Amino acid sequence: MIGLEHYLTVAATLFVIGIFGLFLNRKNVIILLMSIELMLLAVNINLVAFSSFLGDLVGQVFTLFVLTVAAAEAAIGLAILVCFFRNRGTIAVEDINVMKG
Amino acid sequence: MQADLSVILPEVILSIFVMVALIGAVYTTKDKLAPVLLWVTAALMVVLGIWIGTSGSGTRVAFGGMFVDDAFSRFAKVAILLCAAAVMVMGQEYMSKRGMLRFEYPLLVALSAVGMMVMVSAGDLMSLYMGLELQSLALYVVAALRRDSVKSTEAGLKYFVLGALSSGLLLYGASLVYGFAGTTLFSGIIEVAQHGEVSLGLLFGIVFLISGLAFKVSAVPFHMWTPDVYEGAPTPITAFFASAPKVAAMGLFARVLHDAFGHAVADWSQVVALLSVLSMFLGAVAAIGQTDIKRLMAYSSIAHMGYALIGLAAGTELGVQALLIYMSIYVVMNIGTFAFIMMLQRDGKPVTDIRALNQYSKREPGRALGVLILMFSLAGVPPMLGFFGKFFVLRAAVEAGMGWLAVAGVIASVIGAFYYLRIVFYMYFGAEGDEVETNRSPVLMAFFAASAAIMLIGVISTFGIEGAASAAAAILVH
Repeated sequence: MIGLEHYLTVAATLFVIGIFGLFLNRKNVIILLMSIELMLLAVNINLVAFSSFLGDLVGQVFTLFVLTVAAAEAAIGLAILVCFFRNRGTIAVEDINVMKG
Repeated sequence: MQADLSVILPEVILSIFVMVALIGAVYTTKDKLAPVLLWVTAALMVVLGIWIGTSGSGTRVAFGGMFVDDAFSRFAKVAILLCAAAVMVMGQEYMSKRGMLRFEYPLLVALSAVGMMVMVSAGDLMSLYMGLELQSLALYVVAALRRDSVKSTEAGLKYFVLGALSSGLLLYGASLVYGFAGTTLFSGIIEVAQHGEVSLGLLFGIVFLISGLAFKVSAVPFHMWTPDVYEGAPTPITAFFASAPKVAAMGLFARVLHDAFGHAVADWSQVVALLSVLSMFLGAVAAIGQTDIKRLMAYSSIAHMGYALIGLAAGTELGVQALLIYMSIYVVMNIGTFAFIMMLQRDGKPVTDIRALNQYSKREPGRALGVLILMFSLAGVPPMLGFFGKFFVLRAAVEAGMGWLAVAGVIASVIGAFYYLRIVFYMYFGAEGDEVETNRSPVLMAFFAASAAIMLIGVISTFGIEGAASAAAAILVH
C-alpha cells in the first residue's frame, strides 16, 4: 500500500536533487532552470498528496497556481538568459563572474 | 462579490492601468511615450497611496479570508506606493539620458507594486505566493533592463536563479504547512499552531517559509545575491530594490509570522534572532572592504534588515511597531542616499567609486553636509532620525527579554559606523584626486535635500508615523 509518507519521501528527494542541481552544477545555466523546475514540481507532488490525504481540494488549486507561475518563471528566465548570451557569448555557469561574489 | 472587489479596488485600478498602458504603448509611439507614462504611473501611485492612507479604519476581509485590508496592510501599502513613485520620478532623468527609459520600466515597477500590495495583504498561503511571484517576476526583468550591458543582464540572471530558489524553498514550506495544518488560510493555521503543540512537520514548514522570506529581505545567510544585483543593476533600479520591495518583504514576514504563527512565537523567534544577528554583523564587517558605493549600500541594506528583524524577533506588539518605524526611516534615508549616488558623474558617465568623493566638501559644501547627515543617520549617530529607528528596535528587544540581541545590535552598529564615517572622512579630509562632477538635476536635489531634512526634522516630529505604526502593530499581533 502506497501511503502519504511515500509521496512525501519522493517529493523531498526530488526537492533535494533540485537544490543540489542548483549548487553543484558548474556547466550550464539551462540545467539551473531545470533544477528550479524540479523543485517546483516536487512541491506539486507534496501539495497533491496532502490534498488527497486531507480530502481537501485547496491543495490541488494551489498546484494549478504553481504550475502557471512556473511557466511564467521559465519564460522570464529564458528571456534573461538570451539577453545574457547576446552580451557574453556563453551560458556556462562559471562564466557568470563579471562581478565578484 | 461586489464587497470583495471593493476591498481590492486599489490593486484592480493599478493592474488595469498597467494592462491598458502596455497595450497602448505597444500599438502607438512606444518609447517616446515613456517619460509621460512614468509620470502618470507615479502620479497614480501617489493618488492611490493617499487614498489608501486616508480611507477609513477597521479591518475588511475579502475572498473568504484570502485578502486582508487592515491598518497594517494600509501602512505598508502607503510606504510601498510612495517609495515606488519617488524612485521612479528620481531616476527618470538618469535613465532617459542613457537611453534606458523604455515604456516597460514604469509598467513593470507598477506591476511589482501590485504584487507587493498583495503580499502585505495576504491572508492565505496562495495569495502570499501569487503576490510574491508577481513582485519577483517583475523585479527580475527590471534588474536586466539594460539589455546591452553584461553587468545588468548578469545581475538579472543571478537575481532570477537565486530568487527562484527562494520561491522554491518558500513554496515547499507552504506545502508542508498546508499538509500539517490542513488549511492554507492564516486564520485556520493559527488555530492549529498553538505554542507547545506545533508538530514537527509544521515546524519544518515554518523554517522553510522563513528561509524563503529571508532571501527576499536579503538576510544572512541568504544574502549572496544582494551585492551583485545592487552593483549590476542601473542605479535608479538599485534604489528601487533597496526600498519598496524591502518594505513589502518585511511586511509579509511580519504578516506570516504573526497572523499564521502568532500563538507559537517561541518556535520562530530564535530563528529570526539568529538571522538578525548574522545580518547585522556580516553587513557591518563585509562593507568595510568595499570601494563601490552601490556594493557598500548593498551591505548596508543587509545590516539594516538585520536591525529590522530584531523588531520581528521580539515577537511583541512593540516589536512590530519598531519594525514598521525602522522600515519607514530606512527607506527615506535610502532614497536620499541613492539620489546623491545618481548625481555623481564624470564626463556624463555615472561614478560609483567612493574615492571619487575625495575633497568633495571643498567643491560642494552644501551637498557634502547633506551626505554627512544621511551617513550619520544610516550609522545611527544620536541627533539624526536613524538613531531613533535603532533605539525603537533595541528597546523592543530589551522589553521582550532579549537583552543579548540588543547588545549584539549595539556592537554591530559601532562596527558599521566605520564605513559610513569613512565616506564622510573622504569628503572632508580625503586626498586630492580625480574630481567628480555633480549633476544639478532639480528633481534629484529635491529628493536629496528633503531626505536629509527629514533626518533632522524627524527628531522633533515623526509626522504621525509613530501613531500609525502603533495602530498597525496592534491589529497584527494577537
